[in-house]
Amino acid sequence: MAEILVLAELNPAGGGVRKTTLEALTAARALGEPSAVVLGAPGTAAGVRDQLAEYGAATVYVAESDDIDAYLVAPKAEVLAQLVGEKSPAAVVIPSSPEGKEIAARLAIKTGSGFLTDVTEIAADGTATQAAFAGATIVHSQVTVGTPIYTLRGNSVTPEPAPAAGAEQPVSVAVSDAAKQVKVVERVVEQKSSRPELTEASIVVSGGRGVASAENFSIIEGLADSLGAAVGASRAAVDSGFYPHSFQVGQTGKTVSPNLYVAVGISGAIQHRAGMQTSKTIVAINKDPEAPIFELADFGVIGDLNTVVPAATEQINARK
Amino acid sequence: MNIVVLVKQVPDSGSERKLDPADNTVARASADNVINEMDEYAIEEALTIKEAQGGEVTVLTVGPDSATDAIRKALSMGADKAVHVVDDAIHGSCAVQTSAVIAAALQQMEYDLVLCGAEATDAQLSVMPALLAERLGLPQLSGARKVTIEGGTAKVERQTDGGFWALEAPLPAIVSTWDTINEPRYPSFKGIMAAKKKPVETKSLADIGLDAGSVGLANATSKVLDFAGRPPKGEGVKVTDEGDGAQKFVDYLAGQKIV
Repeated sequence: MAEILVLAELNPAGGGVRKTTLEALTAARALGEPSAVVLGAPGTAAGVRDQLAEYGAATVYVAESDDIDAYLVAPKAEVLAQLVGEKSPAAVVIPSSPEGKEIAARLAIKTGSGFLTDVTEIAADGTATQAAFAGATIVHSQVTVGTPIYTLRGNSVTPEPAPAAGAEQPVSVAVSDAAKQVKVVERVVEQKSSRPELTEASIVVSGGRGVASAENFSIIEGLADSLGAAVGASRAAVDSGFYPHSFQVGQTGKTVSPNLYVAVGISGAIQHRAGMQTSKTIVAINKDPEAPIFELADFGVIGDLNTVVPAATEQINARK
Repeated sequence: MNIVVLVKQVPDSGSERKLDPADNTVARASADNVINEMDEYAIEEALTIKEAQGGEVTVLTVGPDSATDAIRKALSMGADKAVHVVDDAIHGSCAVQTSAVIAAALQQMEYDLVLCGAEATDAQLSVMPALLAERLGLPQLSGARKVTIEGGTAKVERQTDGGFWALEAPLPAIVSTWDTINEPRYPSFKGIMAAKKKPVETKSLADIGLDAGSVGLANATSKVLDFAGRPPKGEGVKVTDEGDGAQKFVDYLAGQKIV
């Protein structure tokens, strides 16, 4: 069976692989036999090999060097291109993070290939599905040149275990000077959160201008915590200073596609819809019965969020 | 400090956007075309750096004739001049090909810094800095929420989930900016009038030394097979809160086996 290289996206040191990696391994199986590629500092692969094997990696290529994390993106693209040259895989699948898309782009130039970003599905013949114009248009595309490279959008595929050998194979790493131009001096975490990451979460609760203040966002956080959800915010809420920009959902923020999206006090401007309309189930709570968000909602409550949301949170907590 | 800002004209993300069924490319003729919103932050950043350190800001655009509107917007904000690569053969090019066009144009320009928006709101690939860095051997400092130019070094805070990465690279370099970086200025009346007189150099593919056969829809590295509008959602359930809104909401979640 054709070999498909899957780039593993890892949590920070010791945190295992990200869910997007398991999704990518699952999606890659439509094309052939996945092999995982682990790129990182020495010792990275030891903690993740079993998980990669469980989700179908026949081989785990291990390329470990301090140079990989010390410089931005370019070393990873270089090592991956080296592997593509050696193994001639039928395709490469990469989780669709900002870094993942940049690796895919550089790999495309290095290998003379085409690439498709943010795909939601890959068919056996290599046809990929994408949601263009922020979800309004469904597009089917194919790479026509070189080794097809795909980046897979998070939460598009349900990870399914398919135990495989996961045989470790070391890859020699010699990062060129050309790939060492951009030094990563420091990685700074400003907001530590116990909540799931926005683009990975299976439930997202977002607040908009209707939440009315930064303090009042505690109502949104309360509902999110009762559901084990991530918190999001509309651009209007972020621009008003209610919530930090990194939680913005919309055209100029994150695109999310959870199982359940709860929009609270959000009118549903195109800007916001662009980031969430591919969610599987959408619930809207808004006091304005004419709010366009209700056009997208599977279930809508016309009412004051200040009474409905805390009451719902209490009931959900009481069910546990 | 000479800065080139990459600017793209896109269909307004605030109105309905379509693909053209004739060739599956973005329907630009029928769209309400505007400067890519994210590029305005890159222009603002370029102008701020120029105001502090001197030099010139040049806008570089690849696009049809109508893209001059986006160029004028950039010039009216305060950029000094523009280069517009326009050639019918470019129509339908993929990102890989477009990066070849931009790279070829850049090779005829003098710059210490290339700035661009962190994404175009139409295609949302966010890969142009990576593609250009790969082609030109330039450092890629993408996704900036803060840029500092000190001597021959660019320092960038790359926005990440819940924080940032501090990056550092020698100039010349390519930097892309998010909308967290600054507040773009509005063009003044004086700026708008001045923009009409600023030089815009138009270049064809031949002018930048590229063969028409290397770009365009027929030679793209990927192709759109077909497309369709997202199927409309079925009519949802809507209830008005009369003291029981929370209960009905939770009942709905329970029905979906979410709680």
